[in-house]
Amino acid sequence: MVQDPRTPEPLSLDTLIQGIWRENPVFVMLLGLCPVLAVTNTATNALAMGLATTFVLLCSGVLVSLLRKVIPKQVRIACYIIIIATFVTIVDYAIQAISLDIHKALGAFIQLIVVNCVILGRAEAYASKNKVVNAFVNALGMGIGFTFALLCLGIVREILGFGTLFGIDLFGPSFQPWAVFALPPGGFFALAFWLFLFALIRKKRANGKEEIHAT
Amino acid sequence: MQPDSHVFIFLNAFLINNFVLAMFLGLCPFLGVSGKVKTAWNMGLAVIFVMLVSSICAYGINHLLVRYQLEFLRLICYIAVIASAVQLVEMFIKKFSPGLFRTLGIFLPLITTNCAILGLALFQTNREYDFTQCLAFSLGAGAGFTLALILMAGLRERLELADVPDTVTQAALSLMLAGLLSLTFMGFAGLGG
Repeated sequence: MVQDPRTPEPLSLDTLIQGIWRENPVFVMLLGLCPVLAVTNTATNALAMGLATTFVLLCSGVLVSLLRKVIPKQVRIACYIIIIATFVTIVDYAIQAISLDIHKALGAFIQLIVVNCVILGRAEAYASKNKVVNAFVNALGMGIGFTFALLCLGIVREILGFGTLFGIDLFGPSFQPWAVFALPPGGFFALAFWLFLFALIRKKRANGKEEIHAT
Repeated sequence: MQPDSHVFIFLNAFLINNFVLAMFLGLCPFLGVSGKVKTAWNMGLAVIFVMLVSSICAYGINHLLVRYQLEFLRLICYIAVIASAVQLVEMFIKKFSPGLFRTLGIFLPLITTNCAILGLALFQTNREYDFTQCLAFSLGAGAGFTLALILMAGLRERLELADVPDTVTQAALSLMLAGLLSLTFMGFAGLGG
């Protein structure tokens, strides 16, 4: 987005939508890839991680936006990190209380939400310059976009790697699972294929527009 | 090999559970700074140093926090320590090698948000390593990160000359390469016995 960084943006539907599709944090901006690949071996883990990240995005976005006139410019990054770390600690303890299984499956990656560049990026690029409502809506869009991307990967990897979806058996006992998709290399391959697919769609669209202009 | 011996901890972090290729930590610099072998090597060295410093600090801080029963502050303290360590390295490089400072660019301060470093501090706490084990672990992890970065940079330098279809964008192709590398590294899994 090219615009003067100091003018606050008016609230519009685009504030929400841009995070989901046009500026999708994972598929377009390639941010926060570590949790995207590490915890998406099943759809359940992917969903839990997506929700946790969305919560931190929302809370830190709102708080950073509220404090945007108080925080001195020189130490802003440190302040943002501390704010984010506080909410991540809350999420970490909350997940531990809700479901110990999910906490074990996600492991250290819940605490690693702190260093997810999507969250710091939003705080720096959007929440610190806009009103609270805008920051909330924008963070919500980004959170949905991030969760969507995680689910895309999680569903593909769970179906191919285990033959199940959200733990429910899909193909019966005769299915031979494609084990590599449950293992680390599968994460890289699955994301590469999604990126390839999106690049293909975008290219098709661009070609279509050119043809319209030509005629 | 004994699972808690120093050699095993080093090899485990270096090859078997390579931070980048098996645990997906530190992917941003892995994809961002792996354009040239020389830059990759320098970045690797900076990361090794930050890892070593933050590992030692994290070990000390964890002891203090446990003594005063303040474990819930662990995450916040770790991230503060890492941020200061990165600042230190940045000033050091800026003073002694301005050229390198320019090549690394934005990725130098971004080491702060490199999950490999926070991950290292968290893992060593979870696994309750003692001081020398922490050192072996952080050296192994740093060396593993550098190895992955250099391998990737070498592959991408070759790729510059290759003829690839233009729909396969940069990122998709890099991820494919990373996947193949990761597949190769799975071969080391037998090393632990």
